[in-house]
Amino acid sequence: MSGYFDAATATPLHPTARAALQAALDDGWADPDRIYREGRRARQLLDGARAAVATALGVAAEEVTFCPSGTTAGHLAVLGTAAARRRTGNRLVVSAVEHSTVLAAARHHDNGGGVTTIVGVDRNGSVDPAAFLDAVSPDTALAVLQSANHEVGTLQPVAQVGAGCKEREVPLFVDAAQSVGHVDLPDGWDLLTASARKWGGPAGVGLLVVRRGTRWRSPWPEDEHEGGRMAGVVPLPLILAAAASLQAREQERQGEAARLTDLVDRIRTEVVRRVPDVEMLGDPERRLPHLVAFSCLYVAGEAIQVALDRAGFSVSSGSSCSSSALTPSHVLEAMGVLTHGNVRVSLHGEVEQADVERFLDVLPGIVEELRRTAGAQGL
Amino acid sequence: MSEAPAHVIDAVGRRCPLPVIDLAKQISEVPVGSVIELLADDPAAAADVPAWCRMRDHEFVGEKARGDATAYLVRRTH
Repeated sequence: MSGYFDAATATPLHPTARAALQAALDDGWADPDRIYREGRRARQLLDGARAAVATALGVAAEEVTFCPSGTTAGHLAVLGTAAARRRTGNRLVVSAVEHSTVLAAARHHDNGGGVTTIVGVDRNGSVDPAAFLDAVSPDTALAVLQSANHEVGTLQPVAQVGAGCKEREVPLFVDAAQSVGHVDLPDGWDLLTASARKWGGPAGVGLLVVRRGTRWRSPWPEDEHEGGRMAGVVPLPLILAAAASLQAREQERQGEAARLTDLVDRIRTEVVRRVPDVEMLGDPERRLPHLVAFSCLYVAGEAIQVALDRAGFSVSSGSSCSSSALTPSHVLEAMGVLTHGNVRVSLHGEVEQADVERFLDVLPGIVEELRRTAGAQGL
Repeated sequence: MSEAPAHVIDAVGRRCPLPVIDLAKQISEVPVGSVIELLADDPAAAADVPAWCRMRDHEFVGEKARGDATAYLVRRTH
């Protein structure tokens, strides 16, 4: 039972991660770059974790770099490729609905004299592959497209975009933070990033995957760790926990995805049926199994979050009316959908059907009450 | 865009979703076929006014900067 519906931000720690973390705190504390016995033991554990992650992602172990977060990995993917391909061009092509991590890296690139082309999306939040590829000009250093959108769950046409990028000899970076551990990874990318806390691993571990043959160099000062790709010693216990939980997730993934797809379908159908004037967001078919978002007309995002919290449900919101932001979500703006009254529900292994049913039972009353308070009933 | 609005709503200083609620409350004050203007400075209005028009089947005519605020023009269609 769980009313925690924000797995897309952070998923509760997988039991396997907890067990691995406890064991690793005893066994994996030394520096893996030292040659004495404790260092060799740490190196062996780190190599094992890297191999496990590589197997789960279907890549070679030497293509995997451990980073302190998905954000750091994303910044490195963008800036490292831009640095290595400076002679080819200084243009980035990104979708309008990328995670703020990617957009922030692009702004950083632009501040250093680079240029970023932003490609729009349709009302479901999906890029049009032809429109995206039209923007990939010969002076493009890197194209960036998420595997799935973090706010509305729409899967992006990565394979088609990747094939077109390959023809144009432009590398494609895929931010797969919402997909790893949840759905099959798309083909056609050259760089990929992920974040352990989104699949049930601990916070503090991000993944950067750079496929062999991709030009990339660290945009940071030289450092000996992680093959020179990521500065600083690695948090080995966290990495071991992340790798163990990813392996466990991969075992459970198919069955869990089917179960969560059904729960999300139930939410998609029932919210619209029970609550008037709700806009259900994202592609109903091509979507993540565990994530659903909707916007309620005439309701403030923060108010609905607070009311749901009081009823025992933790959700996130892309509305600017939520206290952390003055402007609405760039994802919802780019889609041209209602930005206020926004609710994102993202499920995980501890959520049961009964939790979803209780959510569906309390939501209509909450929305009705907020509309009445705002004097917006019957409009 | 040159058509003068039949009614102007001043929602400057009001945060989302209040400007859209103001619009919904006052749209019936103009005759069908006329334009109503919503003056707002909340950034969410830029996305929410066109979205409201789509959901309520009114015509979003356009927007123009008006000092620090934006004037959103909506034609009542029913």
